[in-house]
Amino acid sequence: MDVIFGNLDLWGEAITNTILVFLGGGLIALVLGILVGAMRVSPVPIARGVGTLYVNIVRNTPLTLVFFFFVLGYPALGLPKVSFLLLGILAIGIYTATYVAEVLRAGINTVPVGQAEAARAIGLPFGQVMTLVVLPQAFRSVVPPMMSVFIALLKNTTVAAGFSVAELGALRATINDAAGRPGNPLEVLLWVALVFVILVMILSFIQNRLEKKWRIAR
Amino acid sequence: MSTSVLYDVPGPKAIARNRILAVVTVVVVLSILGFIIYRFYLSGQFSAQKWGIFTYTTIWNQIFVALGRTLAAFGLAAVLSIVLGFVLAIGRLSDHRAVRVPFTVVTELFRAVPVLVMMMLLYYGLPSVGIKMSPYWAVVIGLVVYNGSVLAEALRAGIESLPKGQKEAGYAIGLRKNGVMRLILLPQAVRNMLPVIVAQLVVTMKDTALGFIITYPELLYLAKQLSSNVQFGRPLLQSAFVIGGIYIIMCLILSGIAKWLEIRLRHSPKTKGQPQPVGVDFGGNPLGAGGVATAADPRQRQGETLTEVIATQREDGKRQGH
Repeated sequence: MDVIFGNLDLWGEAITNTILVFLGGGLIALVLGILVGAMRVSPVPIARGVGTLYVNIVRNTPLTLVFFFFVLGYPALGLPKVSFLLLGILAIGIYTATYVAEVLRAGINTVPVGQAEAARAIGLPFGQVMTLVVLPQAFRSVVPPMMSVFIALLKNTTVAAGFSVAELGALRATINDAAGRPGNPLEVLLWVALVFVILVMILSFIQNRLEKKWRIAR
Repeated sequence: MSTSVLYDVPGPKAIARNRILAVVTVVVVLSILGFIIYRFYLSGQFSAQKWGIFTYTTIWNQIFVALGRTLAAFGLAAVLSIVLGFVLAIGRLSDHRAVRVPFTVVTELFRAVPVLVMMMLLYYGLPSVGIKMSPYWAVVIGLVVYNGSVLAEALRAGIESLPKGQKEAGYAIGLRKNGVMRLILLPQAVRNMLPVIVAQLVVTMKDTALGFIITYPELLYLAKQLSSNVQFGRPLLQSAFVIGGIYIIMCLILSGIAKWLEIRLRHSPKTKGQPQPVGVDFGGNPLGAGGVATAADPRQRQGETLTEVIATQREDGKRQGH
């Protein structure tokens, strides 16, 4: 227990940073993902091409490499200095956006073709076909996989630990490198693992509730 | 795909609007790329000195050695995680509570702990209790534990999505649990889930790069090493691009295999008669499952040949006639 109460300040900072990366990354992923998802189904061929290229390249890049580019590569460009935390948030947001876009596209594909055809038949333009007919129906089937994406995002925040962001994954190094801090690496890491198990369980619980709430009645 | 079902063939107005959108997309993308390239140019990232490091054979030999290490970790982790996936899936489907519960708990735990934390536990944590482990084994075991539990869930979903009749038919012809699982359920589940399994292998491949953080000398670690080379002006972005290209090519090959498998399976005659999504009418009732009109409608007598249907209808007709 000394590991927790002897380092309460560090735990507070680490959990705050983890949640910051999670929320910040999630927000970027959601906004960018919706944009890219819309591009991938849009009637503009060039927009479709750009969206597909972005998704295919970033999805096949290891997250560690994306972090490498942002956190280590950005300072080499001589642009104004940005904190590692913000760069980490950007990296994880841009990586997760591709997954959000794919979930949205898959969700749109689950809506029966007849729905869109019927909507077009009564004369709705693309915008209204999407917002009034297709998206409300796609929403139900999008919720569970979207929550899975966010659970993966939460677990991926640990990668930021390898890139100078003081969050939960980096706690072992911070505690053990400081003299006189109680706790050995095993203890710290087991507690970190426990925190993640609890956070993931909370998200899974929310996922189950939402899934039940918006289940398609069949 | 030339036209989508989501929109009509564009008229003159829509064509004009789409053109404007296309131009806007191109301008936005080009300006972002242009800005990055301009900054690259300003900070001298295109200089021959920085790229020169990749003209040496020794460097490429190092890259191939590191690539070998990445592939060694990936190969062993892939094989072992598939094995673990089968074990966990079958354990979780057991009829005995005493087996099912621990397997469920272990699978859920393995899935919830981030891969990197698991690797750190193995590499930095275990020495506290006197178990020393090389980074290679920490990477492999970390990957196996996580991907194994994810594959287990995929396999379990594959087995549970099979029609109940498959299992019952297996028992009916006298097979035991072992035979039903091994000869009937698993082959079908594996075939259905093959694209998911290969897609998970792409994730395994990507996650080998996490070894970089626990000092496993694989590709990304080499990129970091190359980038500290003062003689070539610290070519950080250059090595990231070259190494990143190697990763992307490897993952694209695996993703390509996954996609190819998916397309092949969709057209394969072997998967005909596999669980197809049940047709649903507008009331939300599955077709052919009870209902008033079912008996009289020959289209809804699934599983009977047309002659049988006609024969029964004739019988019905006779009875009504008399």
